[in-house]
Amino acid sequence: MTEQLDAGLIGEQIAESDQLGRPSPAHEVGRARRRKEDSRLVTGRTMWTDNIQLPGMLYVAFLRSPMAHARITRVDTSAARSQPGVVAVVSGRDLADEQGSLPCAWPVTEDIVIPDHPPMAVDEVRYVGEAVACVVATDRYKAADALDAIEIDYEPLEPVLDMTAALAEGSPKVHEAGNRAFTWKFAGGDIEAAFRDAPVVVERTYVQQRLIPTALEPRAVVATTDGETFTLYSATQIPHVLRVMLALTTGIPEHRLRVVAPDVGGGFGSKLQVTAEEVLALLLARRLNRPVKWTESRSEGNLTVHHGRDQLQRISVAADRDGRLRGVKVDLLADMGAYLMLVTPGIPLLGAFMYNGIYKMDAYDFTCTGVFTTKMPTDAYRGAGRPEATFAIERAMDELAHELDVDPVELRRRNWIAHDEFPYTTIAGLTYDSGNYEAATDRALALFGYDKLRAEQADRRERRDPVQLGIGVSTFTEMCGLAPSRVLGSLSYGAGGWEHATVRMLPTGKVEVVTGTSPHGQGHETAWSQIVADALGVPFEDVSVLHGDTSVSHKGMDTYGSRSLAVGGVAVLAACEKVKDRARQLAAHMLEAAVEDIEFADGSFRVRGTGSGKTIQELALATFAAHDLPDGFEPALDADATFDPDNFSFPHGTHLCAAEVDTETGAVKIRSYVAVDDVGTVVNPLIVEGQVHGGIAQGVAQALFEEAVYDGEGNMLTTTMADYLIPSAADLPDFVTDRTETPATSNPLGVKGVGEAGTIASTPAVVNAVVDALRPYGVHDVRMPCTPERIWRTVAEARAAGTGTGAGTAPGTWTTAGTAAEGGPAPTEGGAG
Amino acid sequence: MIPASFDYVRPGTLEEACRVLGEAAAAGDDVKVLAGGQSLLPLLRLRLAYPSALVDLGRLPELRGVEDRGDHVFIGALTTHDEVVRSGVVREKTPLVALATATVADPAVRHRGTFGGSMAHADPAGDLPAVALALGCVFVVRSGEGEREIPAAEFFVDYLEPALEPGEVLVGVRVPVLGAGWGFHYEKFHRTAQSWAIVGVAAAVRQTGGAVEEARIGLTNMGPTPVRAEAVETALRGVDLSPVAAGGTDPVREACAEADDGTSPPADLHAQPDYRRHLARVLTARAVRAAAG
Repeated sequence: MTEQLDAGLIGEQIAESDQLGRPSPAHEVGRARRRKEDSRLVTGRTMWTDNIQLPGMLYVAFLRSPMAHARITRVDTSAARSQPGVVAVVSGRDLADEQGSLPCAWPVTEDIVIPDHPPMAVDEVRYVGEAVACVVATDRYKAADALDAIEIDYEPLEPVLDMTAALAEGSPKVHEAGNRAFTWKFAGGDIEAAFRDAPVVVERTYVQQRLIPTALEPRAVVATTDGETFTLYSATQIPHVLRVMLALTTGIPEHRLRVVAPDVGGGFGSKLQVTAEEVLALLLARRLNRPVKWTESRSEGNLTVHHGRDQLQRISVAADRDGRLRGVKVDLLADMGAYLMLVTPGIPLLGAFMYNGIYKMDAYDFTCTGVFTTKMPTDAYRGAGRPEATFAIERAMDELAHELDVDPVELRRRNWIAHDEFPYTTIAGLTYDSGNYEAATDRALALFGYDKLRAEQADRRERRDPVQLGIGVSTFTEMCGLAPSRVLGSLSYGAGGWEHATVRMLPTGKVEVVTGTSPHGQGHETAWSQIVADALGVPFEDVSVLHGDTSVSHKGMDTYGSRSLAVGGVAVLAACEKVKDRARQLAAHMLEAAVEDIEFADGSFRVRGTGSGKTIQELALATFAAHDLPDGFEPALDADATFDPDNFSFPHGTHLCAAEVDTETGAVKIRSYVAVDDVGTVVNPLIVEGQVHGGIAQGVAQALFEEAVYDGEGNMLTTTMADYLIPSAADLPDFVTDRTETPATSNPLGVKGVGEAGTIASTPAVVNAVVDALRPYGVHDVRMPCTPERIWRTVAEARAAGTGTGAGTAPGTWTTAGTAAEGGPAPTEGGAG
Repeated sequence: MIPASFDYVRPGTLEEACRVLGEAAAAGDDVKVLAGGQSLLPLLRLRLAYPSALVDLGRLPELRGVEDRGDHVFIGALTTHDEVVRSGVVREKTPLVALATATVADPAVRHRGTFGGSMAHADPAGDLPAVALALGCVFVVRSGEGEREIPAAEFFVDYLEPALEPGEVLVGVRVPVLGAGWGFHYEKFHRTAQSWAIVGVAAAVRQTGGAVEEARIGLTNMGPTPVRAEAVETALRGVDLSPVAAGGTDPVREACAEADDGTSPPADLHAQPDYRRHLARVLTARAVRAAAG
């Protein structure tokens, strides 16, 4: 689809309908429109939270715990108070009676332990970076300088760093109630029967390392008050949810609290949160009666932006000899970190329905235990539960294929839901409405040159090439479009999953759209304009989209879980339909015809069989004048709509990765990467392309680069980008992307969502490729991230164990020429970080 | 960036810079010289450095530029990495400098960071110190008391510690032109394009008749200072550079088997010492082969 992308960039218009049936340029939906918001975003001529300057503004800096676990025995802020420019110094103890507890909105079980979570620690700190006190000063430098003068005494307590150890008898406790937050179980079918006498059982344990969601824009908060009302500006994904939660947490009445998410520079789930800093900014503005601002540094962010993943996954797959799946059993430990934040406990559960992937099977069994540790809490990170699930099943499918000596693509073919079996209710109870795994996979294989690469792989193995070639496949689906409210209710989530939109015709015929979703880089203004342009027959340029301010957009559920288009976009369409219904009534009145005789096309309402008609712009003006309206017709062409989906949407796709692994150094080079995604109807191919590219990059990052590392004392070692490695374009291959389009049947747009697809699909594709390259050495897993050192040690260990089975070669003879000459590495010396 | 407060001085001439630094040295003040800020600004930002003053050399044009001086190339201390990489003189006369400099950080940093700053920072993980060591560069240093020259072998004293006395400014570096018959390569092993070398190998190889006549090897990030792999240089002398048949023994590899001799590689998140030692052996052989073309 690169050609099409270029066409979009150059000509801003794609060619006429192609073989996939995408619309002709006469329609906006399907066009590779350049994004309306980009010129202001990339030139910086916009309002980011940190750009906001208010009269009399003060700046906040936080003193953060240097200990993973300790009792606070003394707090002395007196010296800091007398530092130059300092207006206030406030500790957790000072706010103990008014700061409340940060909310957890997802109590997944009846007996879940939800510990008190003060925004600033009062008596005990439970992770490095937890706020203990803060300085408010006239500039941010003075605020930072004065932190050194705050004196805190800590009495160290045992850190709790390992989930398995945390659950053992006698472990030090993160909270009084113990280290088990909850155990959640789910099952379908007879799992005992599926595993009993199963000819093949593959059991594996995978480590989903802890990740730091690294948004380009750091978190930032500004809070201000006029004494009566409060406004909080925040780099957040969720202004609406935040407003409700802050009202409940701080006691500021909801109607006197406005929350604004100005332009927001990325989130990936990390800004789907009610943070301590947001609560404290409000409390400080209230206490000092002045505006306050806080902007995190990158290092502060690495410590205290909620983290993602961090699960220990045990997955067992039972199959027949021919590869047919009988059942899947999953036992999960999920690291909650020190506290349960907004949706912390729900994240692993979002994966609970996805470990069966796209496959048919007889039984499924899932258990997840949430565990407290003395680390930064985890919460949503791009994909949230579903990347973890997809990784485990897609890795396990490759292991099963190896066990059965079947091609991994063929094994998937034998098990996936065929295109004529949709809608299909899976063993996990979800009904996949549509999909065509055959089409996506066949297209991907063709683009990839699968057979040729397999031949090259065989040749390199034969030649004992020190650079081996691996091929990884990932056939994934995900549940998107969060979410049907009744399903959320059944999962004990604290809110619904609907979305709201308003469409207003202005007197001059222009259109204002208010959306309850809150973009942070996705391009809603462009995509929503395309939907509205087609629905109302107005020019794309005539539509503006308002969002992110609770005083403008009064109702919404915000942006996460690939929900914006599949829920929010559909709400926009529904509001357009209501506007059209009203316009039709008005047109009938003005044209002196029956409503049933009015046809709508290309922005005009015409009397069937005659030439007379009114454009929607003329009708908008007529409502403004209101001189001649039908009896009882309100003078407006506006409509609200709230859409609550009946079902999730299920994007799917096939990703293929070819990776060269240098067995002498452990270096991995992705040689080619093919992604064929099916995200249903495509509103804007350019935006979809961008989401897929960024998503793949982020998934590759988990596979090869990123890991948040704590040492044995609970100190974080990856507080800078020199230690926490994010790949750049220079580290990634050109992605070859294409699409199949199988429209969703669960919404009128036929859309499925694309924000998380690349991230979910790519991680297992890459790791499968790395492991595939190393199969001849007897390697069956490389823990993520697959760093060069880790690969080198893994190869060394496998060689030491003598498990290699080169084609036609006796086990144990797989060595690399270079390392053999040097005596080889010691397999475990020094550990692997 | 929220550093602690510091005084800021921007001398207009080299003489003034020397005077300011000399006075600070006499007073025992903790001043830092600011060149491009590539390494110093992160230290300030993280509040790992608390200098009382910064002396910004950014307005001293006489410290900037590349000069062809026949048997050596003089690179002014304030010449940016980008200028070094784009310099026809550097590329033609001392290609190893251009090859290594092109791997430093990313384009934005290369437009700010300077050749002299990277040397004076004396970070063994930096790419340029190993090159200076391999090529036998000479560091030209000025103070109120005049000018002196420090050979590369004596310049890198310890971790982040150059042989600069308080009050001294690095003016520039003389890079010897090795002449005909030499080939060069910088082999940088790192996890992402922008990250530091886990190990780097700067290699210069002169060959005659398909064999190594002379080799110079500098190692990046194999100890508190850049390291010259002298044992390998000796072992390589006379080694046959012909391609090796599959499964055959490679004499270059054998000669590089002690590349980690005398090193004390660090342990960090990206590599333990034994892995670095292994990499030094493998990468040195690769660098020699690549340099020999």
